[in-house]
Amino acid sequence: MFDRTDDRQLLEVNNIEVIYNHVILVLKGVSLSVPKGGITALLGGNGAGKTTTLKAISNLLQSERGEITKGSILYHGQPVANLSPSDLVRKGVIQVMEGRHCFEHLTVEENLMTGAYTRRDGRAAVEADLELVYSYFPRLKERRRSQAGYTSGGEQQMCAIGRALMSRPETILLDEPSMGLAPQLVEEIFGIVRSLNENEGVSFLLAEQNTNVALRFAHYGYILESGRVVMDGPAAELRENPDVKEFYLGMSDSGRKSFRDVRSYRRRKRWLS
Amino acid sequence: MSPTFLYTLEVILNGLMAGVMYALVALGFVLIFKASGIFNYAQGVMALFAALTLVGIQQGQVPFAHLINAVFGTEVRDFGWTVPTLLAILLALGVMVLFAWAVNALVLRHLVNQAPIILFMATIGLAYFMEGLGDLMWGSDLKTLDVGLPSGGSFWLEDVTRGWAAEGADYYGMYIDLLDVWATVIAVALVAALMLFSQYTRTGRALRAVADDHQAALSVGISLRVIWVIVWSIAGFVALVAGIMWGAKLGVQFSLSLIALKALPVLMLGGFTSIPGAIVGGLIIGVGEKLFEFSVGPLIGGATENWFAYVLALLFLVFRPQGLFGERIIERV
Repeated sequence: MFDRTDDRQLLEVNNIEVIYNHVILVLKGVSLSVPKGGITALLGGNGAGKTTTLKAISNLLQSERGEITKGSILYHGQPVANLSPSDLVRKGVIQVMEGRHCFEHLTVEENLMTGAYTRRDGRAAVEADLELVYSYFPRLKERRRSQAGYTSGGEQQMCAIGRALMSRPETILLDEPSMGLAPQLVEEIFGIVRSLNENEGVSFLLAEQNTNVALRFAHYGYILESGRVVMDGPAAELRENPDVKEFYLGMSDSGRKSFRDVRSYRRRKRWLS
Repeated sequence: MSPTFLYTLEVILNGLMAGVMYALVALGFVLIFKASGIFNYAQGVMALFAALTLVGIQQGQVPFAHLINAVFGTEVRDFGWTVPTLLAILLALGVMVLFAWAVNALVLRHLVNQAPIILFMATIGLAYFMEGLGDLMWGSDLKTLDVGLPSGGSFWLEDVTRGWAAEGADYYGMYIDLLDVWATVIAVALVAALMLFSQYTRTGRALRAVADDHQAALSVGISLRVIWVIVWSIAGFVALVAGIMWGAKLGVQFSLSLIALKALPVLMLGGFTSIPGAIVGGLIIGVGEKLFEFSVGPLIGGATENWFAYVLALLFLVFRPQGLFGERIIERV
């Protein structure tokens, strides 16, 4: 039988449409694939559909009245549509949600331990992974006994990523890790993402508005615009692409743009869709 | 010691023990509210239903006897055996777990993501349904529940305290109901067990995680359905304990479900989201209303116990709406 799935592709999203509340069409045919061992970036502005795409993959959409009406999502070549979020976590796909969503009244360490909820491989293995997480995020170890709600934004983001790591994931869907963080902290977190990718072999699909940082750390990028993929390519190429430079990185040959020009190329942006 | 002091002490002790009984009911509300944001109106009826089921099993009643007799023209009533208390309690617990599962499968599962008021309405419906179901299953007559706990005053305590009074004083010792003492011991053990469970077990941690953030709990692979069945089962267990204690005190009948009304002021005092709050709130109300009745009651014609708790709760609503221990919304500055 002819099998189109390349086994180096971990995750494949084929032409999905997502509708919220039976009326609002948010994704209008998004296709992308995430290779094993890569960092794939999903870029785009507010409301482009990045978060919805991630939630469609992790099946968190169902709890928000969203519905995939067309297309398919395959993980290791298997459809995931009928799996619950906890099934997916067991299969190795876990999402770190936008806005961090730590359990505020639990301590940092308890937060991390909830990440191991689905695991059945014994206490020793979980403890070992806890130490591993602390080795990547030494700051969490210092704050392990504090309530997560009282830690800083950066620490909460680390806590959320650490919590996901505790499930021993193969793929992490990372939603907007830079949100509300100082540039220095953003660099630090992306640096950790890169080393997790290189040392632990975790694949990442990350949604990000901060195109500049994301394209420096990712291997491949997709640009999403009002529910469609308008451009994709290796991160290095995207960085050099004149359109990306102009629309997303704010650089152009003609110097700084005025607001009127911005509006005009907002209209021009439709060119690919 | 003067008799007045001893009387006051007796009132306070009785108040504390009554408070524990209130707390026992309030606890069931807190558990469900924390984990799912649902104010479970049916908690009182759950206690009634649990107590009815326990009595029914214990005395070997045929469930739905009236219905069976009406449909088939038979005259069944009892199986003709009695079940040992401990076994009956375990069986009743099984029924409550089954009930928790059914509520989730038949009602709550279909109402995920609905507004809290809709879930609240659903629990009102549930309360009336259970009330009817309880009647239909076990009959609506007044039943006495005997689980083998001692009741009545303690002569030993009366003798001891009589000795405390000043020589020649007109004092006959304290009256403390042994059943209340046992209820207190059991309630304290129950709360301690619940606290240990939620603090130190994997499932307990998951329960607290769900209470904090449903979405995040889903995202790390915690199944809300499983957690909700567990929470309703625990609430059913608490309802069973409350039903046993109150049922042994007052008899098992419809008015048992009204104990839920006593839990409301407790919740307003202690906060809807705090287990220690439910306990302390219960104690404050218990002691407060007994002391008030004892000291101010005679001046204004008595029967203050009926309204004291609500007035106290009202004051709390004005000055501290989240209750004494209600979870503060963490705000970072």
